[in-house]
Amino acid sequence: MKVAFHPGCVSKGACPELYVSATKIAGSLGLELQELTEAPCTGAGVLSEQNPELGDSLNALTLAMAESMGGTLMTICSTCQGVLSSVNHGFEKKPERLEKANATIQDQGYTYKGTTKVKHLLWLLFEDIGVEKLKSAIKRKLTGLKIAPFYGCYILRPTDALGLKERPERKTYLEQLIELLGAERVEYTGSGKCCGFPMLTFNRDKSLSMGGNHILEAKDKGADALVTPCPLCHLNLDGQQPDAALALSKPIDTPIFHLPQLLGLAFGFSPQELRLDHHVVSTKRALEKVELKV
Amino acid sequence: MKFTIEVGRYNPEGKYAEDAKQGAPYPAPWSSAPARRYQTYEVDLPEHAVVLDALIEIREYQDESVAVRCACRSAICGSCAMWVNGHAHLACKSKLKDFTKDGKTRVEAPPSMPVIRDLVWDMKPFWENHRRVTPWLENKPLPPPMKEYIVSNDSMEELIQEVTCISCGCCLMDCESFAVNKDFMGPHALAKAYRYAADPRDAQTQERLGDYSKHGGVWDCTHCFECVQQCPKGVEPLEQILKLRRMAVNAGYTKNAGTRHADAFAESVKHSGRLNELTLLPKSVGLFNVFGQLATLPSAINMIRAGKLPPIIHKTIPGVNRIKAIFDKVGGRFK
Repeated sequence: MKVAFHPGCVSKGACPELYVSATKIAGSLGLELQELTEAPCTGAGVLSEQNPELGDSLNALTLAMAESMGGTLMTICSTCQGVLSSVNHGFEKKPERLEKANATIQDQGYTYKGTTKVKHLLWLLFEDIGVEKLKSAIKRKLTGLKIAPFYGCYILRPTDALGLKERPERKTYLEQLIELLGAERVEYTGSGKCCGFPMLTFNRDKSLSMGGNHILEAKDKGADALVTPCPLCHLNLDGQQPDAALALSKPIDTPIFHLPQLLGLAFGFSPQELRLDHHVVSTKRALEKVELKV
Repeated sequence: MKFTIEVGRYNPEGKYAEDAKQGAPYPAPWSSAPARRYQTYEVDLPEHAVVLDALIEIREYQDESVAVRCACRSAICGSCAMWVNGHAHLACKSKLKDFTKDGKTRVEAPPSMPVIRDLVWDMKPFWENHRRVTPWLENKPLPPPMKEYIVSNDSMEELIQEVTCISCGCCLMDCESFAVNKDFMGPHALAKAYRYAADPRDAQTQERLGDYSKHGGVWDCTHCFECVQQCPKGVEPLEQILKLRRMAVNAGYTKNAGTRHADAFAESVKHSGRLNELTLLPKSVGLFNVFGQLATLPSAINMIRAGKLPPIIHKTIPGVNRIKAIFDKVGGRFK
């Protein structure tokens, strides 16, 4: 299956392990990734918050590029997914928004017709690749590993823009996946909550306690690790975890896996190939549960 | 049809009740929700029954000690807002059938609020924050001939969304910022704040925007969309908070991390097409904010040690001229 691929800034910046692992597992799933090297940052909601028209125009450009490449755009970031879904939904509901954005990008030789489907890798797995194909790619069951899902806000809310009203099962894909890969899923209340990242620069302490609380809850319920489809959540939950532990005065020490890393482990890749040795919080103890070393 | 209801009960022995005392800090966020006792009831109700029907049935015919607050039963008074299966909902608007999970429906007071008894939670933090935003119009002098201030339909249509708020508290009880930050004004108050700040008859808009830009205001929202999701009236408080941020920045309230972050973000995307994470954080914190910079230093060192330092030489995407041209055309203050 051929898809246009928008890796997002973070997978090319502070979370290179995400980009590496995503491109690795794509092969196992028969996904042919056509990377949109000329697509801009989605703005992560920050640009459209100050200037909705700018956000619309930049994302219309990306959506138009994907449209000309077949019309399915894969993301590996809940935030990219949320922003692109919202823009697409806005264009559908208010065609005048699309018209305005097109008036801007037409100068650059692009027009967006409004047909691109934006899908996170997590959705593609269940909706396009299919469970059977996924099962056939599994070479190593992750038996014995207890994993807590952590979605990230923008792949869950707002539900209308993300198509969760038509497809409520999208709220359970991570849980389903954890079980499909042979791991044990940990239930806790934090799976759909905010990691605190958007607030990190505005209110550091509160941001850290927000993320830290969720990991602690998962840990209390027995989680060896968390898995997230969002690299921004990863930055806060993994990158800032030592600081969150200080802010909450409690040890945390729970590794956070990117979605493709968890898939990659089950597909038989080594932890090194998936760059699981490049995390702030060591993945060592969790990997030992499935007899792997970093 | 048989339904099973689990009601979170007042527990006078527990921390739950202690925290509800006047003047005491509010209970900790839900991840460390204090112990509470759940009591199970069975009710026989028609298929179309709502959660509130079940609670009234329990109170009237099974256990008169269950405390529940309600009035209109038509999703207009906002009294019966509570947690249903772990999220904020109006009990009178939530069909039992849709909220039966694993054979039962769990109702309780929201853990981020002080509790008076059982399902009756204290609205005090709600109203305290509400008052902080000056929720009334500071009238401009009447235009001649001094009879009335006539506003255009368009300007009022812009405010309809916020006017529909019924003050039920659903947004605040699920607000993730408020759960960890009791200084945060909250989505309900800021949605109301937008309603007055954007009203053409208001004479205090500039002062309001200054107040809302301070600690606890618009920049303390974590952008999680919970309020948009939980509001039973479609107020979309987050969208109003974002409009306030825009208004505040345009009104000149730019000496805050929020504005620095947006500016650094825009600059980076404009010139390279993508985000420069290496410079974004320091620029957002403020280059001359020594203490702020020091606070982020340990995590920066951790990231470097893990090999997660963003590339020192920030690469530009091919075709960046397109992006620059878009900024030049519609970039507004980011031009």
